[in-house]
Amino acid sequence: MKSLNLLLGSLALLFVVSTSAAQHINKARQGSFALTNATIITVTQDTVTGHVVIEDGRITGVGDVNPPSGIEQMNCEGLFVYPGMIDAGSQLGLEEVGSISLTLDHNELGDLRPQMKALTAVNPNSTHIPVTRVNGITTALVVPSGGRLPGTASLINLVGYTPEQMYAGFDAIVLNFPRTGKTSSGDRRSDEEREKAEKKAMESLNEYWKSLTLYHQIDSLHRAGKGEEPAYNPALEAALGAFRGEQVVLIEVDRDKDIESALEWIKGKNIKVVLTGVSEGWRVADQIASAKIPVITGPVLSMPTRTSDRYDRAYANAGLMLKAGVQVALRTNDSENARNLPYHAGFAATYGMGPEAALRAVTIEPARIFGVADQLGSIEVNKVANLFVSDGDPFETKTQIKHLFISGSYVPLESRQTYLYDEFLDRDSGAKKD
Amino acid sequence: MVLTTVVWAQVPKGSVLIRNGTVLTITNGTLNNTDVLIIDGIIRGIGKELDAPSSIMEIDATGQYVMPGIIDAHSHIGIDAVNEGTNPITPEVNVGDVLNPTSVSIYRALAGGVTTSHAMHGSANAIGGECETIKHRWGTYDPEIIRMEDAPRTIKFALGENPMRVHGEGKKIKPRTRMGVEQVFRDAFSDAQEYMRDWEDYRNDQVGKAPPRYSGRLETLADILRGEIIVHCHSYRADEILMLMDVLKDFGVDKIVFQHVNEGFKVAPELAKFGAMASVFADWWAYKFEVYYSTAYNAAILTRNGVITSINSDSEELIRHLFHEAGKAQKYGGLSDDEALALITINPAIQLGVGDRIGSIEEGKEGDVAIFNHHPLSIYAVPQKTIIDGKLYFDVESDIDDIRVDVDPEEEIPAFEFFDQHDHDRCMQDVFETLFIKR
Repeated sequence: MKSLNLLLGSLALLFVVSTSAAQHINKARQGSFALTNATIITVTQDTVTGHVVIEDGRITGVGDVNPPSGIEQMNCEGLFVYPGMIDAGSQLGLEEVGSISLTLDHNELGDLRPQMKALTAVNPNSTHIPVTRVNGITTALVVPSGGRLPGTASLINLVGYTPEQMYAGFDAIVLNFPRTGKTSSGDRRSDEEREKAEKKAMESLNEYWKSLTLYHQIDSLHRAGKGEEPAYNPALEAALGAFRGEQVVLIEVDRDKDIESALEWIKGKNIKVVLTGVSEGWRVADQIASAKIPVITGPVLSMPTRTSDRYDRAYANAGLMLKAGVQVALRTNDSENARNLPYHAGFAATYGMGPEAALRAVTIEPARIFGVADQLGSIEVNKVANLFVSDGDPFETKTQIKHLFISGSYVPLESRQTYLYDEFLDRDSGAKKD
Repeated sequence: MVLTTVVWAQVPKGSVLIRNGTVLTITNGTLNNTDVLIIDGIIRGIGKELDAPSSIMEIDATGQYVMPGIIDAHSHIGIDAVNEGTNPITPEVNVGDVLNPTSVSIYRALAGGVTTSHAMHGSANAIGGECETIKHRWGTYDPEIIRMEDAPRTIKFALGENPMRVHGEGKKIKPRTRMGVEQVFRDAFSDAQEYMRDWEDYRNDQVGKAPPRYSGRLETLADILRGEIIVHCHSYRADEILMLMDVLKDFGVDKIVFQHVNEGFKVAPELAKFGAMASVFADWWAYKFEVYYSTAYNAAILTRNGVITSINSDSEELIRHLFHEAGKAQKYGGLSDDEALALITINPAIQLGVGDRIGSIEEGKEGDVAIFNHHPLSIYAVPQKTIIDGKLYFDVESDIDDIRVDVDPEEEIPAFEFFDQHDHDRCMQDVFETLFIKR
């Protein structure tokens, strides 16, 4: 029996080896690890030389520590340890093939639907996920889209077999703030039509908020034992936490005037707001700063919003907001190329933000904005072991990632794209035919 | 053949001495502390402490990197229309007829060190229109100024989903499948052969019968068969790439650059054997099904297999940072600095048939240069100056916010334009609205 098991075992191994070229990702491996003699970019504290110890999914030692004996050691001399990058806005796991609507799960029908949960539709086996994480991105906010209130976004770690395993402890409802002005130079609506549509959008949002206020009152009375349970209304119920300031509202807004309107709209409401998108934030940065509202902006590699704007405005936007005193995190707002997060950060760094602040904007700042800074965003003892080892600055395209850990699992640096490379770089010339 | 006399507009040319830079020649290595002298638009000297007439403008490039102007072998900037999506075969149209030199995208490309781009017809039709190689000579209203004088003719072909969707699904005419796409080419080339024979017979005929009916469509196809036009074919899947090479072989056409060619890596030995070239994205994939099985290692695999490869933008956004896109071929496949930079300089120049004129810093070549403050493959590199024909068109130090030359007097502030980074298919502009799924 034992020999049969052995035989089956070696057959299984053979199977793994022979199918690896056929788009099969090897398993992430749990365990205890010591990354030794590395330069450790902690982000929140000084950069130090030493070891990083990982046990039970957590960082248990940083710097001048003695790794417990017997644990797996990886010599990282000459290499750098960075906290895993966090993409503060993406459609990862919610999208597979852009042009095929049946593979898109971020855009449910309806206008007011905060009860739609992005986490429900995250496909843990999406090919986009390994493609993203091998570039050092360990965590992403996955965000629903379309309509006024498209649903609830969730933070996930980019390893796991179920959405629950991937869940990283933060949810927020999304509000696409009504847009005003022409949506593009090709917007052919008359001024009248446009203004009418804008007015209607604002009225509809305010009407919803009035209903939500009422729902909150009925629910509060019921909870205090003074009234009936409110009728089933998932579109209102899902926003109660946000209404009460217990859950963050991500307000997606881009144009300068709309940012001002959004800042005006939230006044007097007891809600926790994060502005997202904010591509014209630089025009009204002082107002955002004095409102003390954090911002998630990106993609950085984007066009200026107006033909009269300087060519580098989109690159410079994050840095300009930071200089005005705004708390800034970065996002790709992408799925298949969320892997480019370090390059969005690199461009922000180059165009005014500086490399240190840009690194914070893809690590500790999103962690703080999401209220998970005790878990993620830096190399510190007791934090979740989300980190990567590289041979240089991760913003540089020359740099290679050498090791990757997510939730303490040692994740293979493999994706379908690396397998295709392995298979086709020196392709067998094929069956001879002539 | 209808003979046309082309009178080139007076193209502005200048003289400049770029002092003491790190010169990335591309074809002749990296030269430290080296001057580049451009006189009347042509590179006349490369060396240390060159002498030049005192009247010549000098640029101090100490500590900076001097590279050939970047070339984009696939873009749609500087034109007012992209797709004549009314027929699977439209070689009679020409993008050169709709040049718009006032498009701000041209300036923004300059600000990314890009001096030349290939303004292409779209990919709605199996055989699209002729394209135009343009130089980014910003600041003119005259379309003739941005035309790259005497650049070889090029034409757009397209395989796969786009022509299938527009004609097969949209209009219920061939092609609806990749089988149909093949036959569109075979039909068109066969018609052109017949047309050529008819004209040949007519010219040889001593009796004097009526001439065959003139066709702009068949004239252009005939010119392709005569080898006078370089084919640039939008393509993705390995099977369709092989198909087109088979068709071209049957009709004796050998000048072919596959565009996008996301699955080129699967048939790299076949491409190399045919002598076909490839112009790819650094990392775009998954925006439609035919690019789902892609890899960002495409450029590296093609290069290693001996295929002349470039990285293109197909996007007014991406064209601004092609130097960064080239850098990705170092992450994905470990190309050397020179190999990576060749992807955006000499290789696209060769693909446009102008490799003897631009794409490297060599004496006798045109004075198109981009100067960077760091090595252009570094994320921290910012283009400083962009020079075309020895004339300075972009200078980061004197760059002003609003550079429009074509301002609508009724518009106080230009409209806010939301940039949708998911809108990957510029190739489908003008047919997009009716035929693509709205996101």
